[in-house]
Amino acid sequence: MIGLPRLRVHGVSKAFPYDGGSLLTLDGVSFDVAPEEFVAIIGPSGCGKSTLLEIICGLQSADAGWIEIDGRRAESPGKQVAYMPQADLLFPWRRTLDNIILPQIVQGVPKKEAEAKARKWLPLFGLEDFERAYPGQLSGGMRQRAALLRTFLTERDIVALDEPFGALDSQTRRRLQEWLAGLHGELGRTILLVTHDVEEAILLADRVIVLSSRPARVVEEIEVALPRPRSPLASAFVELKGRILGSLDRTGTMG
Amino acid sequence: MRQAAPVWVVVVALLLIWESATRFLEIPRYLLPAPSAVARALVDSLDVLIRVHSRVTLLEAGVGLVTAVALGIAVGSLLHLVPLLRRAFYPLIIISQTIPSIVLVPLLVIWFGYGMLPKLLIVVIACFFPIAVAVVDGLGSADAARLKLLRSMGASPWQEFILVKLPTALPSLFTGLRVAATYAVMAAVIGEWMGADAGLGMYIVRSAHSFRTEQVFAGIVLISLYSVLLFKIVDWARHVILPWERYVTEQQATREQKT
Repeated sequence: MIGLPRLRVHGVSKAFPYDGGSLLTLDGVSFDVAPEEFVAIIGPSGCGKSTLLEIICGLQSADAGWIEIDGRRAESPGKQVAYMPQADLLFPWRRTLDNIILPQIVQGVPKKEAEAKARKWLPLFGLEDFERAYPGQLSGGMRQRAALLRTFLTERDIVALDEPFGALDSQTRRRLQEWLAGLHGELGRTILLVTHDVEEAILLADRVIVLSSRPARVVEEIEVALPRPRSPLASAFVELKGRILGSLDRTGTMG
Repeated sequence: MRQAAPVWVVVVALLLIWESATRFLEIPRYLLPAPSAVARALVDSLDVLIRVHSRVTLLEAGVGLVTAVALGIAVGSLLHLVPLLRRAFYPLIIISQTIPSIVLVPLLVIWFGYGMLPKLLIVVIACFFPIAVAVVDGLGSADAARLKLLRSMGASPWQEFILVKLPTALPSLFTGLRVAATYAVMAAVIGEWMGADAGLGMYIVRSAHSFRTEQVFAGIVLISLYSVLLFKIVDWARHVILPWERYVTEQQATREQKT
């Protein structure tokens, strides 16, 4: 890696109180992410991937270690990382467009300006006919796309996605994955994707970080040096998938 | 309308039974007047009932309810925002709800006389508690994941309140408002029992004292009419203010509970 990393996770540990004692969830997790890199974090269910992401976003504090962004210790939440949680968490009382512009409203962007900016993206996300619909009127795939667009309009250099396609059927998931791959190229953001889907990780990421089962440690970092667009049927893809699955197998049971 | 049809059949049937029972059993009019006699009494004194008595009672109920809503939202928000106040006062508010506010009427008369003020106060007291409790519960039930998401965007506590907590509390507020609306007319009427110059409650008591039972019924008909009307206004306002509620299906609600 050349130059300063955009994001550096430095020896992050976290324990939770559990049954009188404490349960170590993250055990000295360290890795770097270069500017405009797309990194997938993969690991068994319940290994603390979401906790790690929340620490990176500043929503939880680490017991030990720290997060560095552009060489500086990360500050309070909401300043540097755009976060998309597992559930779409659209606000049912706001229309789709009002949901999408929420981060900009929070940052004090005038409503008209935020709307104009968001509208440009609606066609790409297949939401142009639904800007006045309430989330309750949207399909699961549309809700997920609206949440994704909301995250990308947060205007942060780093985007942290927590299993953004988890709840979708395979067809919709594939289409959104293609979207995300294309978006990454166009927008030049640094992306951190938490997933438990090996294929998704290889399809999208420049690098895959494999975490062990609890307490999570970095087991292996695997470069994905495949040309894009990638096909899950290519032999190099299949080979890499086997390698990552093997790495996961050694860490414990896959959830 | 078609769904409501069975109700109307029952109402008409009951009225017919009532009418024929009073005629064939020759029940004295001061004990139980026939529905036709009630209707006649209603028509005969409709002018004074509406222009004088209804006006007073509705004024008491309306102003009292609006005051209670404003107070309930203010106090409920304050209790939510200041945990110490909540721990100190919220249990008292819950316990005080076990006292029927009606029993305070004689006290209010001793303190404030026979004017409109004690009637307004009793409406405010009766309506305040369900609204305040609904506001505290509603604000407290804001989804933790949504609050977290908002914080990740850099929201201030004030933005959390306006953008998540208040919208979450609105359905709960309207449920409390529904209860309060039914209390409002009743509280105003009972407030008038202890003595008043005008109002449906005063009209009913005066009619009862002179055994004009058909007039008592006429008053009751109007009171229930106004209660239903107020109730409907609240439902209509909810529909207008919370249009999105129609689209939140049960499936979504359970899915969100899981995540």
